[in-house]
Amino acid sequence: MIEGISIHHILTVTTIMFFIGAYGFLTRKNLITMLMSIELVLNAVNINFVAFNKYLYPENMQGHFFSMFIIGIAAAEAAVAIAIIINIYRNIHSIDVEDIEQMKY
Amino acid sequence: MEFSYTIYIALIPFAVFVINGLFGSKIKESFTGYLGVAGMVVATYLSYFTAYHYFFKVGKAVDGAYQKVIGFNMEWLRFTESLHIDIGVLLDPISVMMLVVITTISLMVHIYSLGYMKGDKGYSRFFAFLSLFTFSMLGLVVATNIFQMYMFWELVGLSSYLLIAHYYQKPSAVAASKKAFIVTRFADLGFLIGILILSYLTGTFDFNILCNPEGPAFMQSSSAVFLGLSTMGWALILIFMGGAGKSAMFPFHIWLPDAMEGPTPVSALIHAATMVVAGVFLIARLFPIFAIVAPNALEVVAVIGGFSSIFAAVIACTQTDIKRILAFSTMSQIGYMMLALGVSGYGAEAGLGFMASMFHLFTHAMFKALLFLGAGAIIHAIHTNNLSEMGNLRKYMPITHITFLIACLAISGIPPFAGFFSKDEILVAAYNHNQIYFWVEWIVAGLTAFYMFRLYFGIFWGKEKKYEHTPHEAPFSMTFPLIFLAIASAIVGFIPFSNFVTSDGLPFDIQMHWEIALPSIGIAIFGIIVAFVFYKKESDLPNRAVASFGSFYKYALNKFYFDELYLFVAKKVIFKRFSSPIAWFDRHIIDATMDGVATITNYIALKIKGLQSGQLQQYASVFVSGVLLLIVIFIYLISV
Repeated sequence: MIEGISIHHILTVTTIMFFIGAYGFLTRKNLITMLMSIELVLNAVNINFVAFNKYLYPENMQGHFFSMFIIGIAAAEAAVAIAIIINIYRNIHSIDVEDIEQMKY
Repeated sequence: MEFSYTIYIALIPFAVFVINGLFGSKIKESFTGYLGVAGMVVATYLSYFTAYHYFFKVGKAVDGAYQKVIGFNMEWLRFTESLHIDIGVLLDPISVMMLVVITTISLMVHIYSLGYMKGDKGYSRFFAFLSLFTFSMLGLVVATNIFQMYMFWELVGLSSYLLIAHYYQKPSAVAASKKAFIVTRFADLGFLIGILILSYLTGTFDFNILCNPEGPAFMQSSSAVFLGLSTMGWALILIFMGGAGKSAMFPFHIWLPDAMEGPTPVSALIHAATMVVAGVFLIARLFPIFAIVAPNALEVVAVIGGFSSIFAAVIACTQTDIKRILAFSTMSQIGYMMLALGVSGYGAEAGLGFMASMFHLFTHAMFKALLFLGAGAIIHAIHTNNLSEMGNLRKYMPITHITFLIACLAISGIPPFAGFFSKDEILVAAYNHNQIYFWVEWIVAGLTAFYMFRLYFGIFWGKEKKYEHTPHEAPFSMTFPLIFLAIASAIVGFIPFSNFVTSDGLPFDIQMHWEIALPSIGIAIFGIIVAFVFYKKESDLPNRAVASFGSFYKYALNKFYFDELYLFVAKKVIFKRFSSPIAWFDRHIIDATMDGVATITNYIALKIKGLQSGQLQQYASVFVSGVLLLIVIFIYLISV
């Protein structure tokens, strides 16, 4: 519980973060930037977990643990994603998402 | 005495088939032939050993009857407690006798083929299929149950098909193999239905239970009668239909003459000595049921057999292809065997016909294989099948000449050669049952002597023809089987057959019936004399005889137009009236429906395939808008 800041404030911030991330994912063409947008979405959710834990069920710890897991897995996911992006670059010399279209009909 | 080794009699040829079939192109060609012969030597030795032990040591039960011994048994397919299909070896007098016949003839044919097929392109293939056939035939005769028999029955049909089409570049050989396969397959349809009805009525496939006179086949009293025959009778007639197909009985005989397109050793082994008597063996195997439960069905067997024998004998008198003459003669002799089964009763003395049939099967295998192998030696020497292109060959081929003469005497029923004894027993059995059968077979005996000696004089006497090169005697690998089989044809008649093979296993003694034998010898000698007068020196006597028969001769020459009749029925009636409309329905209704479904699917797919664009962000925006839509629906439209 932080003085002067209610859960509504935090939820407002995370909602804005989430939609910035979603908007970035849908509009940016650069794969790296899209990956960053995904990180924004993930972190918005992370903050939500911690906030709900802290404000609603302060006696439990599950929200914290979830955040830990998500941070850990997000790190691994970023490593895999960047490896994929590097391989894509080696193959088609571009990391523009619109150039990656082999997997259509 | 353990008989479990008998399984190897069948398995050794199978192993040879696998080796020759898989590696025939890799190993040395001559080796495949020697391997086939070696395998057959072992199998022959084993089956002689089995026969010796069975007949002289352990076969007899306490009451003196030969019992059925299960040498080997394995449960192969199990459906329920009572319904299961086994694979095994059943030894009883007829199967042991067949083992001896098959292995002997097959060994001789293998040795003969070493010389006959030398230099042939398909040498190793030929030996592989020959082993396959031997395996299937051995598996057929030792079958413990009717289903195993059916499987091997189809296998011999298959190997016959493969061997007839050995010269597959020749369209006539391909056509003949297809004809043989389709005709016998059609008859086997009846066999299969018969098996199903029989096993439905009795609840078993097992021969031991089926043929046991206290078994369920004799207990059941089905009162259902259809066209004057009980259900059991119909089942047995349908089974006989399968047997008639394999044994080339009228009206399924049309494939046998054409099957002569195959190599001559194949004709000797398959289409003279072993496979074509499978039908006779089948009836003999189920004989107790035929004789006790359905004497009507047995009467059908007798009528078909008797008719086939005279029908084929008449045709044989007119043909000019030597192998075809022998083919019709085979059909005629098998008719004898069928008739003998048909007139037989069950029991020791009453079962004379059964014993005579098996005896004739045994002797016929020897002399008919000899005739075919002799014909093969002649064809090998002068490269033609046509009787009119042969003459005076006795100068060039003395061994073939003598052995062929012995075989002709044997098949004509001249004592003391083998055919005399077995034919005499058949005639006695026919005489005791119904005199009409006797007189028919008596005439056939005369016809047999006539056409065999027409062949003999035509080939070895008469005017010398122009040959491509001077004919020469066949190599030793070919003359050895001829000599061996000639000795067998001369002496096997003295085997006291009734001491070994009888319908119920009880041995009995037979005595000569001279009042039957003398007329049959008489008509045989009459036939020989007619042939001598007609064909010893070429004259116009045969032509005058032909003229006096008029159109009857023309019908016989064209095999009474049965091929044409079947073609007419198949093409003009079945194909045109039934098959074509059904084919039209299939193509224009059923296929069109299916095609329509496919076309519509294809059309829709073309229209909507753009949805899968490969653009990640399009998918993501659809996903996000979907989620948003769901949120709107759940929050504002559906009030929980």
